[in-house]
Amino acid sequence: MSTITVPLRQSEAQIARRETLRGLARSKTFVAGAVVVGFWVFWAIVGSHLTPQDPLNQGADILVRPGGAHWFGTDTLGRDVFSRVLAGATSVMKVAPLATLLGVAGGTALGLVMGYLRGFVDDVLGRVIDAVLALPLIVLAVTAIVALGPSNGTLIVVIGAVFTPLVARTVRAAVLAERDLDYVPAARLRGERAPYIMFVEILPNVMGPIIVEATVRLGYAIFAVAGLTFLGFGIQPPSPDWSLQISQNYSLLAGGSYWWTVLFPGLAVATLVVGVNLIADGLTQVLER
Amino acid sequence: MGRFLLKRLGLAAITLVLLSVIVFALAQLLPGDIGRNLDGPFASPAQVAATNHQLGVDKPIVVQYGKWIGRLARGDLGHSLEYQVPVSNLLGPSLGNSLKLAALAFLLVVPLSILGGVAAALRQGRITDRTITVGGLSLTAVPEFVTAIVLIVIFGIVFHLLPTTAQAPPGAGFFTQVKHLLLPSFALVAVLFGYIARIARAGVIEALDADYTRTAYLKGLDTRTVIRRHVLRNALLPTIAVVATQTGYLIGGLVVIEKLFNYPGIGQRIYIAAQNKDFTMLESGVLVIGIVYLIATLAADTLYSLLNPRIRYGAAE
Repeated sequence: MSTITVPLRQSEAQIARRETLRGLARSKTFVAGAVVVGFWVFWAIVGSHLTPQDPLNQGADILVRPGGAHWFGTDTLGRDVFSRVLAGATSVMKVAPLATLLGVAGGTALGLVMGYLRGFVDDVLGRVIDAVLALPLIVLAVTAIVALGPSNGTLIVVIGAVFTPLVARTVRAAVLAERDLDYVPAARLRGERAPYIMFVEILPNVMGPIIVEATVRLGYAIFAVAGLTFLGFGIQPPSPDWSLQISQNYSLLAGGSYWWTVLFPGLAVATLVVGVNLIADGLTQVLER
Repeated sequence: MGRFLLKRLGLAAITLVLLSVIVFALAQLLPGDIGRNLDGPFASPAQVAATNHQLGVDKPIVVQYGKWIGRLARGDLGHSLEYQVPVSNLLGPSLGNSLKLAALAFLLVVPLSILGGVAAALRQGRITDRTITVGGLSLTAVPEFVTAIVLIVIFGIVFHLLPTTAQAPPGAGFFTQVKHLLLPSFALVAVLFGYIARIARAGVIEALDADYTRTAYLKGLDTRTVIRRHVLRNALLPTIAVVATQTGYLIGGLVVIEKLFNYPGIGQRIYIAAQNKDFTMLESGVLVIGIVYLIATLAADTLYSLLNPRIRYGAAE
């Protein structure tokens, strides 16, 4: 009896995917970003369960300098800043990715329609998008949040809505490059309907730019959530969110002391956004060769 | 070139109309009965209805929009619900203050980031390039209030080099005012630098690869001339377009920076109006910001067409 070894047949898509993953693993920027973001994702998930102290627990030792008992010191209510920095990842890591997801989903649908149909629909939607983009994100968001009342849900919807036209623009450009390639007219001649062509034929071919755009948007979403929270229109107390900690404590800086209540949460936000941007940079290099 | 600009002007006009509709629609979302908010919880329903009638908010939405636009066209931005004075009296000086801060930030960031981008492109892949690219990217990504706080700690508190409040004492001279505005504009520069530098770098790299650059080298021009006459002229055009789109961010960023430095600009006006639910102020403030953005984009388009011979001679639209 002899065994015949059949070589594993792999589809081209599988090979391409493996190539991409290998490229990402080789990219130093991507790996560095993934390590940093992975660290914060871990803390966002475990939250206050694993922190050395309860991040909301108030103590008698207020504004203690960083040292043995409190690595990052304590704040005005005697809460442990180290534990608060670790637990502070949770809120923003919930709000920002959901807002991004909403914006990318909406923007992808809108961009596919605009890029594929062109003509009147494209012109009208394009004008509306230009008008929306004339307003800075923070200003639009502040107005909408005043109208709807601040909550994590509002924050997600508002940022997602503002991102939709931005993503739509990128997707539209990618679709324009695809729509005249042979496979699109071929599908049309086969008698496929427009939604099928847009979502089944074109969408998989523009996934590269969409993934890159989503990562870039995630960075901006964190930026936006941080800014809005700092202004008091974002994540609400008693969350140990980083921007909230900064907004509550930055007035203490004026005297030149108590810097630890502000500096450590600031560094935490900084590492997270830089990490996300490094991932975006790595993805751009690998996916958009 | 005339046609190009006329087309841009027409598009800007359409965008302006749409913008006014969006701002008006946003204002309609704002919660609550305006008359009730003004008269307080103890006013009688008749009194509230009278206030609403006086303000005209009991009319159909289309009529309200028409009236609002009519008043705007005559330069009347309405009365502040909070301060009971014309909105323009408050917004005007605030806008002036914000423009001062924005102008200083621009004056610093544009040459700096173009220089950085060009330097990075000319040393592509080497340590200078990586430092500028990764450093710029990181600075751009970090929220402006975080950068600002680090700057305050370093320049204001540790070394006592710069004042940490943006508003100079009344009657201060030009240089004192600038000195007070330096820290807030550094924070804005940090956010914008990476982005503009990145576009400038990409433009230069593309121009370096282009056929006309090779031709210029092959016909015996020295590197300096090639870079100045051929590479930079082509590379900086997209950069100008990007600088204009960043005005939008800049004004948005002002809300946070002005709050942090307690600077009485339009961003802080909008922030206070949002907190006090002063809807007329909020509505007009948002619209003014949109208009400033449109003017900036138009100015950049004009500059772009003046610098681009392909448009100047009408060869391309």
